This record gives sequence, structure tokens and C-alpha cells, in this order.
Amino acid sequence: MSQETTAHHSDHHDHHPTGLARWLFTTNHKEIGTLYLIFSLVMFFIGGAMAMVIRAELFAPGLQLVNPDFFNQMTTMHALVMIFGAVMPAFVGLANWMVPLMIGAPDMALPRMNNWSFWILPFAFTLLLATLFMPSGGPASGWTLYPPLSLQGGNTLAFVILAIHLMGISSIMGAINIIATILNMRAPGMTLLRMPLFVWTWLITAFLLIAVMPVLAGAVTMLLTDRFFGTSFFNAAGGGDPVLYQHIFWFFGHPEVYILILPAFGIVSEIIPTFSRKPLFGYTSMVYATASIAFLSFIVWAHHMFTVGMPLGAMLFFMYATMVIAVPTGVKIFNWIATMWRGSMSFETPMLFALGFVVLFTIGGLSGLMLAIVPANFQYHDTYFVVAHFHYVLVTGAVYAIMAAVYYWLPKWTGHMYDERLGKIHFWWSTIWVNVLFFPQHYLGLAGMPRRIPDYAVQFTEFNMISSIGGFMYGFGQLLFAFIIWKCVRGGQKATAQVWEGARGLEWTVPSPAPLHTFDTPPLVDDSVAVHKDQLT
Amino acid sequence: MTESTRKKPWHTVTGLVCMAVAMFGFGYLLVPLYEKFCEITGIGGRTPDTAAYEAELTGEVDYSRTVRVMFDATVNSALPWRFEPTERYMDVHPGKLYETIYIAYNRASQPVVAQAVPSVAPGRAALFFNKTECFCFTEQLLGPGESRDMPVRFVVDPNLPARTDLVTLSYIIYKNDQATAVLAAVD
Repeated sequence: MSQETTAHHSDHHDHHPTGLARWLFTTNHKEIGTLYLIFSLVMFFIGGAMAMVIRAELFAPGLQLVNPDFFNQMTTMHALVMIFGAVMPAFVGLANWMVPLMIGAPDMALPRMNNWSFWILPFAFTLLLATLFMPSGGPASGWTLYPPLSLQGGNTLAFVILAIHLMGISSIMGAINIIATILNMRAPGMTLLRMPLFVWTWLITAFLLIAVMPVLAGAVTMLLTDRFFGTSFFNAAGGGDPVLYQHIFWFFGHPEVYILILPAFGIVSEIIPTFSRKPLFGYTSMVYATASIAFLSFIVWAHHMFTVGMPLGAMLFFMYATMVIAVPTGVKIFNWIATMWRGSMSFETPMLFALGFVVLFTIGGLSGLMLAIVPANFQYHDTYFVVAHFHYVLVTGAVYAIMAAVYYWLPKWTGHMYDERLGKIHFWWSTIWVNVLFFPQHYLGLAGMPRRIPDYAVQFTEFNMISSIGGFMYGFGQLLFAFIIWKCVRGGQKATAQVWEGARGLEWTVPSPAPLHTFDTPPLVDDSVAVHKDQLT
Repeated sequence: MTESTRKKPWHTVTGLVCMAVAMFGFGYLLVPLYEKFCEITGIGGRTPDTAAYEAELTGEVDYSRTVRVMFDATVNSALPWRFEPTERYMDVHPGKLYETIYIAYNRASQPVVAQAVPSVAPGRAALFFNKTECFCFTEQLLGPGESRDMPVRFVVDPNLPARTDLVTLSYIIYKNDQATAVLAAVD
């Protein structure tokens, strides 16, 4: 290990490989962060293209564009690509870039492992996407891969499972690195309760990742051995139980949905104080609320599967435990609003996306509360109401927060201001069309339209057409996002070190663009640098 | 770089790697935990395998109470058998031993091994439905065109909750691919 450290130190200051090798062998947290973010953007467009296929097929009733099996492959792949390819790598990329800058560390704790955890991902997704071109096609059983259906498809299941293993290994290594960085590399005086909330939410998210990604690995390994090696974990004929898979899967799956949203909470908690020119309201309660949400995520999994049948007592437990999550989440929303209260607010693009997040994520949160009600859930289960719910929390939640973060930190990354006018157009275009896209799906679901089906009854035609038009427009608008980033990288108004008038925290003390090596000498941190004003004794 | 403020991460990393490995194991541990949990609570309509129960019968039969037991059978599509109960239902007294017959017939021209999996509904009755003998305890082999009567003997426990007066015993019968393949190889 000491050898590695020495090698790492020597190429710090001397020479750099150029061209492709620079990116292949980089151990620099900023470069790896950039790689993650670019990868995530590419996956966002690939997953988005799949969503366009889905919305095009659903534009009108009947089967017109694709055959049903390909439609099912699209719904499955869209989810896998967006969750594991777009949202999670985007958050890891942001953590790579910003966590060391925010805690005053020179790099991540394990730079070589950092390189490895990124470079696994392109291989994982090549494997996953390649299944679409294989004779039996991609996975078509939904991203949850429920048996027995997932075991009845083609042999490409083996590729999918190997890809999931690789993604899992990548996430676990990323999470270990982030925790090791936060716990060991903080600048002197950067106590845990002086850390910015983005760092806090990522610390908790990383623990969730380490706790549940191995459980997913176990579940898909059982699928693999059931399908190819004659075990009977989920095969009733051999004494197994398909419902067991659902329990194991959602034991992973529910913490997973918080993995997709907790870093978003952190991002919004950075942006709202900056543009309200006030410290975050209730910092400590934010930390405790995040930890409570993380804890509760482990004891609510069965609310995804009320309809498979379980005893009344279990249904009541999972219903109430789920509803309790609304309390810490409500605390957070309250704190964001209280931060804005009497602040001198301005509405640059990051703030617009953060505000869009607060409003639209809350809509998604409330429909989640509706879904928690067992008797109502029996009606909503597997309908478009569920689709509307999780797209409000993931698109206008997680994705909006990521976009807010990109606009917020882009000047720090590139040294240029992005085009504010285009950014605002991007926000308003996206926000209008994303609601046209997803809001009608609530009604479709309440009226009984099932999810993951390529055809539907004619009474659903109008709302599906509206939704599809919203989808095409929203998707088209994201090209503007890519253009704005490209334009900002190429040039623009020079950014100052602080970038935003109200910005606080260590990342704004380094020049823009952030030089490759920062905080080689640790900064001294005291309450004047801390991003909040809670009295902590 | 002042090393004093930046600790070596190996201690943290070791702990975290152990945590990841342990959670992988926990995923597998969920399998026996789930089995045990279902066995104790009767969730999923699982019935206790109580072949020994017959000997312990105290003879206390509750003639004042009648429970209707419905019989149901489903054949998995991969199994070329007919399989059905001879009686749709029986009215039984708790505590008394009863027997009913399922008939299985192999439509295939090869011998086939099958395995039946029982389930009792409602779930709260599962713990009180004791099968003292059942074809589901073992693998069943039928030669080509062979048919067989398969008996089930059962006792409804007198402790069955009072609000339950209808119990359904359901079987799904599956082809045991491995055992059938072994059989074909021997031939």
C-alpha cells in the first residue's frame, strides 16, 4: 500500500498521462467525478430514448410500433439504466467532486479504488445493453426481476445478473470510499456537525448502499442458480417460494429508493440557503431526519407487496411504519421553507430547480402516502398511479436535484458561468412538460390502467396522448441541458471563486475552475466557515 | 500534508468490507429465516408436517362443531398429468381423523416424477390443519398411462379459531424435472 501511495504522490505534481490514458488511469477525485457525471448523462439519454419508445407505443391504443416483448424489454431496461446508470452514478460523481472539496480533503481516501469503481461501470452497462441485441432479447420481466417470470425468459438473464453484480460492486466500492473519506480525511476543525448537509446525506446514503447492495447481489445470485444450476430458492416445485424473492428484493429495494433521494435532499439543503442568503434552518434536525429516514427504510419493505397476501398485523405494521416516514420528510420540507422565510431570495437556475424539487417532490411524497394505505393500495397496486408516484419522486425529485447541483457547481468545475437565460428556459420547459407527462398518469392509474402493458382500453386514450406529448417535449428539452453544459465547458463569463453571492462553505474558497489539486495543506475550520448557524455546544 | 489530521483509512475500510460481506450472507440467511417464520406463523398457508400427530390424538372430538373442508387441485402446465380430488368438500368435526382421496393420472408416454405442494387458506387456519398422512410428503412416480389413488389423512385441531368455519386445502402439483431426468437416464 505504501508503494501505491508513493506512486500516487509522485505523479501528483510531476507529469500527467495525456489523451485517453489520462482518463483511464486517473486517480484524481475531480477527474473521476467528471467521468461519472459524463457517464451518467450518456445513460440518461439512453434510458430516455427507451422511455420515448414506451411513450410512442402508448400514444394510441392498440399495438403499433413495437412488439409486446420488446415493449417489456424497454420498461425493464429503462428502469435499470435510469436507476443504476443515470441517477446513482450522477450522485457518486457529485460526491467525488464535492465531498473532498467540502470537507477540506486533498482527494478521496482510496484514489485507486475510486478509479476502479468508475471503470467497472462502462463494462457493466455494455453487458446489460448488449442483451438487447442477443437472440432472446433483453430482460423483459420488469426491473424487479420477479420469479417465476424472470426465470422463464431467455438465457440473457445471466448477462443481466452479471451486470447487476458489477454495478453492485462498483456502488459498494464507491460507498466504502466515500465513508472512508468522510470519516478520515476531514480538515482540522471540520467536526461531524460542521459538515455541509450534502456530506451528511452522502455519509448516510453510503451506509445504506453497503447494507443493501450485497442483499441484492444475494437475491440475483439465487435467481442465477435457480435458472442455471438447479437450486430451488424460488421454485415452488422444489420446495422454494417465489414470494421469498419479493421479500429479499424489497429489503434491498426500499433502502435503494432512499439511496436515490437522500443525496438529493443534501443538494437542495446546500442550494436553498445560498439563494435565500440565510443559513439553513434546523441543521441538526436535518441530520437527524436523514438518519431516521435511513433507519425506517429498513422496516417498511413489504409495502411494495401488500397484494401478495400477508397477515392483517403485518399489513398494519408496514402501513404505519411507512406513514411514519412522512414525519422526518415533513421536517425537511418545513426546514427548507423556513430557510427561505424572510430571506433575500434570488432565482437563478439552481434555485429554480431546487424550488421545483421542493414542490414536485412533495406531490410525489403525498401520493406515496396514499399508496401506503393498505385498502387503497389494493386498488392502486401495479397501476399508472404508482408510475406517476415514483416518477414524481425520481424525475422531479432526484433528477431535478442533480440538475440543480450541476447548475450550482458547474461554474466551480469549468470556471465559466453557464448561460443563465438558457438555464431558465431549460427549467421552465422541463417543469411544464414533466407535469404534462406525469400528472395525467395519476388519473390513468386511479381509473385502473395497469403498468407495464403495451396496450390499453380506449377510454384511456386522451390522457395517454397528453402524457406522451409531455414525454416527447420533456425529452427533447433535455438536449438543451446537454447543450448548456457543452457551451459552459467551452467558454463563458469568468466565474469568481465564490461564484454565488450567498454561497458558504469550503468549496467556494478554492479558485474557479477548481485546480486539479486542492487542500494539499488542510484548511482550518471553525464556526465562521461552518455552513449553518445552529448553536452546537 | 499534515498526516496527524488525516488518519489512515484502513481501519474504516476493513470494517466496511466486513459489513458488505456480512450483508451478502444476511441475504442468504433470509431464506431459512423466512422458512422458519412461515412455519411458526402459518403465513403462506403452510401446514405443519405432523405425521407423528396421529399417535397423539386424544380422542377428544368436538361433535358440537362442524367445519367445512374444501379440496382443490392445480396442475402446473409443465406436468402432463390429470390430478383432482374425488370429493369437492367434507363436513368434519374438529379432533376427528378423516381421509380423502386425490386421483392422479399420467397422460405422458414416459414415467414422470411429480411433487405436490400443499397450502391451506385462510392463513390463520393453517396452523390448525394437521395432515397425518399425505402424498405431498414424498415424490410421486407414475408410469406411462398409470393412475393412482392418493390418500390424505387429516385432523382439524379443536383449537381452530371459532370464527373459522371454512378451510380450503389446496395442492399444486409440479413436475420434478431432475428426478424425471434421472429416471429417463436409467432407462
